[in-house]
Amino acid sequence: MKILYGMQQPDEGTITVNGEQVTFSSPADAIARGIGMVHQHFMLADNLSVLENVVLGAEKLHGIGARARAKITEISDAYGLNVRPDVLVEQLGVADRQRVEILKVLYRGAKTLILDEPTAVLVPQEVEALFDNLRELKAEGLTVIFISHKLGEVLSVADEITVIRRGTTVGTADPRHTTTKQLAELMVGSELPTPETEESTVTDTPLLRVEGLHLSQTDLDGVERIILDRINFTIHKGEVLGIAGVEGNGQSELVEAIMGVRHPDAGVITLGDTDVSHLSTRRRREAGVGYIPEDRHRHGLLLEAPLWENRILGHVSERPNSRGPLLDIKGARADTERIVEAYDVRTPGIDVTAASLSGGNQQKLIVGREMSHEPQLLIAAHPTRGVDVGAQAAIWDHIREARRAGLAVLLISADLDELIGLSDTLRVMYRGRLVADADPATITPEELGSAMTGAAAGHLEGPEQTEDDAR
Amino acid sequence: MKKLTQRIDKERLLLGVAAPLLAVVAAVVVTALVILATGKNPIDAFSEMGTYGIASDSQVYILNKATTYYLAGVAVAVGFRMNLFNIGVDGQYRLAAFIAAVLGGALTAPGWIAIPLILVCAMATGALWAAIAGVLKVTRGVSEVISTIMLNAIATSIIAYLLQPGQLGQLDPAGTLVSTKPLPQGSHLFNIDTGASGILDGFIFVAVVVGVAYWFTLGRTRFGFDLRTVGLSESAASASGVSVKKMVVTSMIISGGVAGLIGMPTLLNESYQYDNSFPVGIGFTGIAIALLGRNNPVGIALAALLWGFLERSTNHLEFQGYDKEILGVIQGVIVLCVVIAYEVVRRYGLKRQQQRVGAELAAQAAATTENQEVA
Repeated sequence: MKILYGMQQPDEGTITVNGEQVTFSSPADAIARGIGMVHQHFMLADNLSVLENVVLGAEKLHGIGARARAKITEISDAYGLNVRPDVLVEQLGVADRQRVEILKVLYRGAKTLILDEPTAVLVPQEVEALFDNLRELKAEGLTVIFISHKLGEVLSVADEITVIRRGTTVGTADPRHTTTKQLAELMVGSELPTPETEESTVTDTPLLRVEGLHLSQTDLDGVERIILDRINFTIHKGEVLGIAGVEGNGQSELVEAIMGVRHPDAGVITLGDTDVSHLSTRRRREAGVGYIPEDRHRHGLLLEAPLWENRILGHVSERPNSRGPLLDIKGARADTERIVEAYDVRTPGIDVTAASLSGGNQQKLIVGREMSHEPQLLIAAHPTRGVDVGAQAAIWDHIREARRAGLAVLLISADLDELIGLSDTLRVMYRGRLVADADPATITPEELGSAMTGAAAGHLEGPEQTEDDAR
Repeated sequence: MKKLTQRIDKERLLLGVAAPLLAVVAAVVVTALVILATGKNPIDAFSEMGTYGIASDSQVYILNKATTYYLAGVAVAVGFRMNLFNIGVDGQYRLAAFIAAVLGGALTAPGWIAIPLILVCAMATGALWAAIAGVLKVTRGVSEVISTIMLNAIATSIIAYLLQPGQLGQLDPAGTLVSTKPLPQGSHLFNIDTGASGILDGFIFVAVVVGVAYWFTLGRTRFGFDLRTVGLSESAASASGVSVKKMVVTSMIISGGVAGLIGMPTLLNESYQYDNSFPVGIGFTGIAIALLGRNNPVGIALAALLWGFLERSTNHLEFQGYDKEILGVIQGVIVLCVVIAYEVVRRYGLKRQQQRVGAELAAQAAATTENQEVA
């Protein structure tokens, strides 16, 4: 996608537009060839009007005055976009902003539109309206590339579907003869992960209980969006609870709520016998919660600080990092050496900055750090994302080993093989709710995949779904 | 492996010094061009500055100036380490010095009680004034840059209002100067008489203590680690359990507390009262000095000394027929260059280290496979 829009260069392969082979060295080249992109995160200046936003950077096309306004109205009418050129962007809702983005691309003369997860931010009615717009564009002879995780939407809007998994095309499908389930199969791949031969280590002692967690957020338009809705689950000692779901369905918020970074509107979180709902993040960490954040650069590391300082991060109040209010630099350094050794972090020393390590080694350092404080509960969000295969296996082994010692793990991952391979219990999260549960011993990735897209709910069991006991 | 670590350390030190050095060199070049443009010989000017600037009476003058500047630099640096831009150091120290002067004038207690009381009062006033900006930032999201600038103006007005005869001020016998009631003799801080060279302010020792405390707190305590964490990455800090909001307010309070000390060498060692001639604008000087010293306790000291030297020596140039604006040019260019050089050097250093670590690891990997092949 980035290559197609000229933001990145391919190592190999060719792009052909209208029978002509092309290379893009910048987005400007792509635009010149009639390829435009609507990003998932809007790139609009709030304090400018729609007209100003549209002409920004394309002043040469039709000027910035009446001619540009006429052109905008013309495009808007032609495709039924219903855009008013003189409104300030900050006054627009999400759906309107998206239409402005589309108009921006059309204004620059695009004949091929790339839409990256356009429905992620929209409510169902807005999605329908967007689809109407897209059909309009199609009728006018434009090409639309629609990138989405949501299978139902893809089926309803597309004429042809290409499935990409882990960087390669795994298949194409015709939406008229394809079901959501078949698509899910293509998407997650049908091969099962190597089955777990280990015995279950799940005990009867509940460690983390989450009851009635609810979180909602009011966005700029004053529309209340429910992010977490009636979340209930229990993790026992020695149990790995896996949460499957397409990203952006509330998993990050759930993790943040359990860590105490985000404050839910309602709900009780109990760790062991203590109610930790109102404790600070630091107290929760001290109580034995280890945390492998999903975005290690933003939440797990100080990139410009040396490794031994990163080893202190998050555990500054615990030994061997400090004694009383003072840091124990000697202790922290010695323990960093130990982690580097034990977790095979490939680094020339502990004084280099975290930024100079590769992603896999950064992640091993984080895993080592979190495991070094004998956590009772480990929250692992995408623990092996962007990590090479060797490091991935090592991280899995560490989690399994700790589980045997009675560690409870909340595992959130987009990698279904990882989820099925590691978890003792599986839950599926969709639109802020835990909609389905499954036994990883019998579930197939396809079933999990269809539940993730909201196509199935309740208890998922075996090849034939039992819809009866849904909810 | 050890060697590389050492090499990186050495390199890091070199890079650390490179930025301010580059800035000073660039400033010298630009200044030389400016002096040339005015039709005078820059070499003569620089040699004048050199010989005059290191004379023994100049040394004492520079140390006294640097004491004040050092405190200002540290006050600003505390905020910088947190990514907070405390422009309000200026208002904080003036208000603090004024209130402390009023209290000092009213106290009749012996010096060993009065002086600590005055210091505590000054720090508390500065801290409170800064805390307003901190609280506004965390509760209402007001940028500390805006609120502290406004608080500076408010401080100026408050002082102007209170420093009137009949309020907290008094007219001197000549009827020309309004000041607070002077501190009694007992509340004067000790000075070091160096004879012909002049009098060295005793407060320089307090400044040294502040510097050591700054270094110790940031580098050796849990609190300092939390503070630096927030400065390096707010998101990582909050995920690691630091309450960012609490940290913002706390560091503003500390910054303001140190700012409260800025006026103290003047009050306790020189003027013994607050009047209209009390130095202003030192808070802004502090920003330049913290930038130049890279928020490092030793760096700030060097920057403060450089600033004192520049002021002293360019003052002298004026009497030699050069334009006095030279000082502004040098200082301005230094600050501008240091901001640019710092960022350039930082990026370069980070990239270079990444490359070296990559190269080292590749070499290691190659060595092990070779060994395996041999075996």
